[in-house]
Amino acid sequence: MPYAMIKRFVQSLLLSLLVLGGAAKAAEGALAWDKFPVEKLTDDASLQNGAKLFVNYCLNCHAASYLRYNRMNEIGLTDAQIKGNLLFVGDKIGETMKVALDPKQAKAWFGATPPDLSVVARSRSAAGQGSGADYLYTYLRTYYRDDTKPTGWNNLAFPNVGMPHVLWELQGERRPIFEKRTEHGQEVQAFTGKWEVIKPGSLDARSYDAAVADLVAFLQWASEPVQKARVQLGVWVLMFLAVFTVIAWRLNAAYWKDIK
Amino acid sequence: MAEFKDAPAGASIADKLTIWTQNRFPTAFDAYRDHLSEYYAPKNFNFWYFFGALAMLVLVIQIVTGIFLVMHYKPDAALAFASVEYIMRDVPWGWLVRYMHSTGASAFFVVVYLHMFRGLIYGSYRKPRELVWIFGVAIFLCLMAEAFMGYLLPWGQMSYWGAQVIINLFAAIPFVGPDLALLIRGDYVVGDATLNRFFAFHVIAIPLVLLGLVVAHIFALHDVGSNNPDGIEIKDQRDASGKPLDGIPFHPYYTVHDILGVSVFLMIFSAIIFFAPEMGGYFLEYNNFIPADPLKTPSHIAPVWYFTPYYSMLRATTDPMVNVICVLIGVGALLALWKVRMSIAAKAGVVVAAVVAIALLKTFDAKFWGVVMMGGAVMILFVLPWLDHSPVRSIRYRPDWHKAVYAVFIVVFIVLGWLGIQPVSDGKTLLAQIGTVYYFGFFLLMPWWSRLGRFKPVPERVVFNAH
Repeated sequence: MPYAMIKRFVQSLLLSLLVLGGAAKAAEGALAWDKFPVEKLTDDASLQNGAKLFVNYCLNCHAASYLRYNRMNEIGLTDAQIKGNLLFVGDKIGETMKVALDPKQAKAWFGATPPDLSVVARSRSAAGQGSGADYLYTYLRTYYRDDTKPTGWNNLAFPNVGMPHVLWELQGERRPIFEKRTEHGQEVQAFTGKWEVIKPGSLDARSYDAAVADLVAFLQWASEPVQKARVQLGVWVLMFLAVFTVIAWRLNAAYWKDIK
Repeated sequence: MAEFKDAPAGASIADKLTIWTQNRFPTAFDAYRDHLSEYYAPKNFNFWYFFGALAMLVLVIQIVTGIFLVMHYKPDAALAFASVEYIMRDVPWGWLVRYMHSTGASAFFVVVYLHMFRGLIYGSYRKPRELVWIFGVAIFLCLMAEAFMGYLLPWGQMSYWGAQVIINLFAAIPFVGPDLALLIRGDYVVGDATLNRFFAFHVIAIPLVLLGLVVAHIFALHDVGSNNPDGIEIKDQRDASGKPLDGIPFHPYYTVHDILGVSVFLMIFSAIIFFAPEMGGYFLEYNNFIPADPLKTPSHIAPVWYFTPYYSMLRATTDPMVNVICVLIGVGALLALWKVRMSIAAKAGVVVAAVVAIALLKTFDAKFWGVVMMGGAVMILFVLPWLDHSPVRSIRYRPDWHKAVYAVFIVVFIVLGWLGIQPVSDGKTLLAQIGTVYYFGFFLLMPWWSRLGRFKPVPERVVFNAH
């Protein structure tokens, strides 16, 4: 194929990739997600604290029914630690994290059955907006008091959410400050990024963010416990293939040197 | 039948065993010669010729990983989603097998699209390779069915609603549509019955057909011989013993060559499996990590990337687009009457055909014609060997502006693919409509444009630079 055509082909390919990237920009009007601090994922202490928060605050309504309790060995917890501190609902360490909540009643109380959280971190990613962890990290930090809602709570990342603010004792009660802004010729209520504290919680803002990050790290880990091992194995596989490619390349050259 | 041979005195055990087998199963030895050691392939294969072998590799990966997935997967609407997560978490190495299979599905389409592109630019579908091409298009069709049905099996939201949307397309077919859709689903909505039958098709029926077609594809290819980037017949130039001067035995030359290609391919394939198995939501869609919920329609349903060019053409077929097609048919018929010399009867035939086509287009719903466009975009590939009237096969010896026509075709195909993932807007629909017209124009006008321009002289021997 002539060089000019390859060039044209590559140019057009690059162009279409650019177009793809441009379209992936955040949807207009939606709340931009905060970045989840990914270094928490490799920190066992964070993951363990996340597990504690998950079991204490989430696992009453939400199950993680694909995750076994003893899988938490992989984040540095012993069977004894799990049994002593985290195993309230099930009674065997090999069981998955189920809840006793009746889905029908839950639906009547909250308007929706609380979803299983095993893979929630994977399901919440959105191209151009961020990872599922980014979403959860934003969502759990943007609850606010809204007396017009049946639960008394609303959320900026998930407007009209059915779930009340379960972590409210930690974060306290807050209200976002909106301002009137003109967008596309229409007057809208826009979030200023600032909050008004109604009642402080037991954690200050920085500690609360860190606690939520731990919880999200746990959810991210739980959505694919093998993730770390997968990446580690991948490095070895690619190193092997790199060596093999060199061998295959020289083998090919050795055979083809006769072909004139 | 071949002569029964006796091993010579003093032959080694290996030689004796070979002769023993040769006497009892000569077909195997003939096949080895015909397809490998004495199959003469042109020596000037380039980069684009890796993708046939790679398609075979991916087929094997899919079959082997598929077998292991079936050992743990439960084709039951109540259990399917959980069984996939069970594979990902509790089955030893299950996550690897599953990622290989899910990445393999996308990789299959990548290599097959590149393989088809090769055939397109070097004229590998031209006489005498029409059947090779037709078997290939049939493989592509099977692959689409296989991928579509396989995608339902994880029973996530995208699985469910994607299947719902595509099956409903069949309901747009006049008269039989609704019954046909019911027959495919086995229920009034996508449900357990659908999952079970898709599972049966995905693991047994279609793979069987696919394998048969692959064998036919390769046998037909080896009967007529491979084309090459110069698009000339190497069989026309033979040495005294009758073997092509520019041919080299497939084994060992192309087997070692393909090993190199396989190795590079596996690096990319592994990088995706180990570092980005979701591939940014293109290989494993994020929504598919939510179990199927028949009561909750996702706000944005898009098929997996490999179907999106065709899905775009479906969505592009709106009522105004149908009017445009009517005008195009009318103009085409008038041009034919004016420019092409033919008998009165033939002219009458053209007029009647155009009138009937326009009447049908205006009678049935645009949705139906969208389905026709989508299907037609694949079906038109079957007749490609008879659409191309260029005096040379390969793009190398075509006029330069032909290369631009092909380059735009590729860009259009990629842009259509991108549009198929995007939510609909007026501007994007217009872009998809222009793309659709170009796609069909490229093929339908090929008998005309493919012979225009100044063609370059085709050499007698292949162009080859020793490595």
